[in-house]
Amino acid sequence: MENKIAVKVDDLTVAYNYKPVLWDIDLEIPEGVLMAIVGPNGAGKSTLIKSILGILKPIAGSVSIYDEPYEKQRQLVAYVPQKGSVDWDFPTTALDVVMMGTYGSLGWIKRPGQKEKKEALEALEKVGMLPFKNRQISQLSGGQQQRIFLARALVQNASIYFMDEPFQGVDASTEIAIINILKALRKAGKTVIVVHHDLQTVPEYFDWVTFLNVKKIATGPVKDIFNDDNLTKTYGINYKVSIQE
Amino acid sequence: MDIIEYIKLVFTDYTLRTITLGTAILGAVTGMLGSFAVLRKQSLLGDAISHAALPGIAIAFLLTGAKDSNTLLLGALVSGLLGTFWIRGIISKTHLKSDTALGLILSLFFGFGMLLLTFIQKQPNANQAGLDKYLFGQAATLLESDVWMMAIVTGICLLVLLLFWKEFKILLFDADYTKTLGFNTKIIDILITSFIVLAIVLGLQTVGVVLMSSMLLAPAAAARQWTNSLSVMVFLAAIFGAFSGVFGTAVSASQNNLSTGPVIVIVASIFVLVSFIFSPTRGLLFKQIRFIKNRRDLQLHKTLAFMYNIVKSHENISHPHAIKILNNFQGYTKSTLQKLVSKNYVTLNGSMWSFTEEGFKIASNLYNQQTDNNE
Repeated sequence: MENKIAVKVDDLTVAYNYKPVLWDIDLEIPEGVLMAIVGPNGAGKSTLIKSILGILKPIAGSVSIYDEPYEKQRQLVAYVPQKGSVDWDFPTTALDVVMMGTYGSLGWIKRPGQKEKKEALEALEKVGMLPFKNRQISQLSGGQQQRIFLARALVQNASIYFMDEPFQGVDASTEIAIINILKALRKAGKTVIVVHHDLQTVPEYFDWVTFLNVKKIATGPVKDIFNDDNLTKTYGINYKVSIQE
Repeated sequence: MDIIEYIKLVFTDYTLRTITLGTAILGAVTGMLGSFAVLRKQSLLGDAISHAALPGIAIAFLLTGAKDSNTLLLGALVSGLLGTFWIRGIISKTHLKSDTALGLILSLFFGFGMLLLTFIQKQPNANQAGLDKYLFGQAATLLESDVWMMAIVTGICLLVLLLFWKEFKILLFDADYTKTLGFNTKIIDILITSFIVLAIVLGLQTVGVVLMSSMLLAPAAAARQWTNSLSVMVFLAAIFGAFSGVFGTAVSASQNNLSTGPVIVIVASIFVLVSFIFSPTRGLLFKQIRFIKNRRDLQLHKTLAFMYNIVKSHENISHPHAIKILNNFQGYTKSTLQKLVSKNYVTLNGSMWSFTEEGFKIASNLYNQQTDNNE
C-alpha cells in the first residue's frame, strides 16, 4: 500500500541560543499513521512540533503539508499544546475554550454563531465532557482539562493532529478515552503525531514511531524499528523494553 | 455638604461636572484595558509605561514651549510607546527576565524625565510652572476639551474591543495556539499594548505618573473576584473604575486639601479589598467559611462511619452502645454527637447512643460510597 506523505520536514535546524536543539531533521510522515515522537528530556520533541507549526522560527529548513508549504495548508492542521502551557484560572468556560477551535476558520473579526456552538458541543460530547460545558476551566481536573484541549482540536476538523504530551498528568480513564479517540481519528484516515513519554505503551498505542535526540535517530513502523538498538541509540543507555506482540 | 446638594452641584458646577465626567470616563477605560493587562500577567507594564511617559512630556514642552495638555500628552504617548517596545526588545533579545527589563526601563525613563523637569524649572520662562502636575496628577486642571478627548479615545477603544474581542480573548488565553490558527499574533499584541499605553497617557494629567498603574490594575483585580466570564470581568472593571472616579472626585471635592488622584486610587483600592474578602466564590471570607464547614461535615461523616462499623455486627440496628467506646476515635467530639442527635440520626439515652432508622441508612450509604471510591 503506497501512502501519501502528509508531513514532510526538510533539513530542519532549530537553536535557542548557540547550541542547536534540533539538528538537520529530515522526516516524512505518511498519511493515516498514529505516530509517537519519543526521546529523552531536552531531545527537542516539543520543539520539533512547535517548529513544524511555525510557533518557533527555525534557523534553517522547510515544512510541507501534502506537498504544499505549511503556511498554505494551515487549515489542515490542528494542535493540542501541553496542558501546562496556559493559565487555567483564565475567566472562561469549557465550552468557550472548545469554541476557540472554530476561530481559525472564522478568520478575523467574525464572531462564532450557532453553527460553531453546535460543532463545539459535538466535540465536547466526543470527549465525554458535555456535562461540564459550562464549568469554569479552573474547576476541571487535569484529565478533564486535557480532554477540553483535545475537543478544541477536534472542532478544527483537521487532517493532521499534533499533540504535545496529551497523556501527561491525566488519570487512567482519561488516558484510555484519549487513545480511543486517537485511534478513531486514524481509522477515519487522519494523521496523528504525538509527543510521548511512556515507552511501555508505545507498541500498544502507536503504529509509527520517531526516535529523536537533537538528531533524528530513526523513524518508521513500530513493529520494525521499536527495538533495543534504537532505544539505546536514543537514550544513550542500554535500554531493555519488552515489546508486546 | 450633604449628598443631594452635592449631586445638584455636579450637574450645575462646570468644574465639578468636568472633573467628575473626566475621572469617570478615565476610570472606565483604564478598568477595561486593565483587565487585559492583568490577565496577561503584565500588571507591572502599566507602571513602567506611565513612568516612561514622563520624559516625553518634558521634551514636548522643551520643543514646543506649549503647555496645552494635548501637545504634552502626545509627547507622553511617544515616549510611553518607545519605553514599551524597548522593554519587549530587551525581553526577547537578552537573557533578562521581564521584571528586570521593566524595572530598568521604568527607572531609566523616570530618572531622565525628572532630570528634564528640574532643568525646565531652572529656565527663565514663566510658562514652566505646572509641569510637575504630571507627577501626581491634578484633576482640577481638566478642561472640557480634555474630557472630550478622553471620550473619543474611549469610544475608539470600545469599538476595537468589540471588533477584535475574539482575537483578544484567544491571544490572552493561548498565544501559541492562536498562531497555529493563522492569526498574526504580533498585530493583536501590538493593538492591545498600544491601547493600554493610550489609556495610561490619558490619565497622566488626572492621576499622575506615579499612581497611574493602580488605575489600570485595581478595578480589574476587583472585577476578577466576582466573575468567571471575560466579558463580565471587563464590564465590571469599567464600572468599578468609573465609580472610583466619581466617588474619588466627590470625596476630594467635599473636603479641603484632598487631591483627587490619590483619593481615586484609594477608592479603587477599597473596591479591591472588599472584593477580595466578600466575593462569594473567590473571596477569603466565604472560602474560609466553606473550609470550616467542610471539615465539620467530614468529621461528622467520619464519626457516622465509625458508629456504623460498630453497629453493623449487631442484628438490631438500634441497639444502644456506650458513648465511651467512641472515645478512642479522634473525629468524635461532644458537639458532633449533639449534631447527630439534632439531625435525628442518633438518639441518646444516658451514657448510651443508638442509631435511628434514618441514621443507619445514611451511615450505611456513606460507608458504601467510601469503599466504592477506594476501589
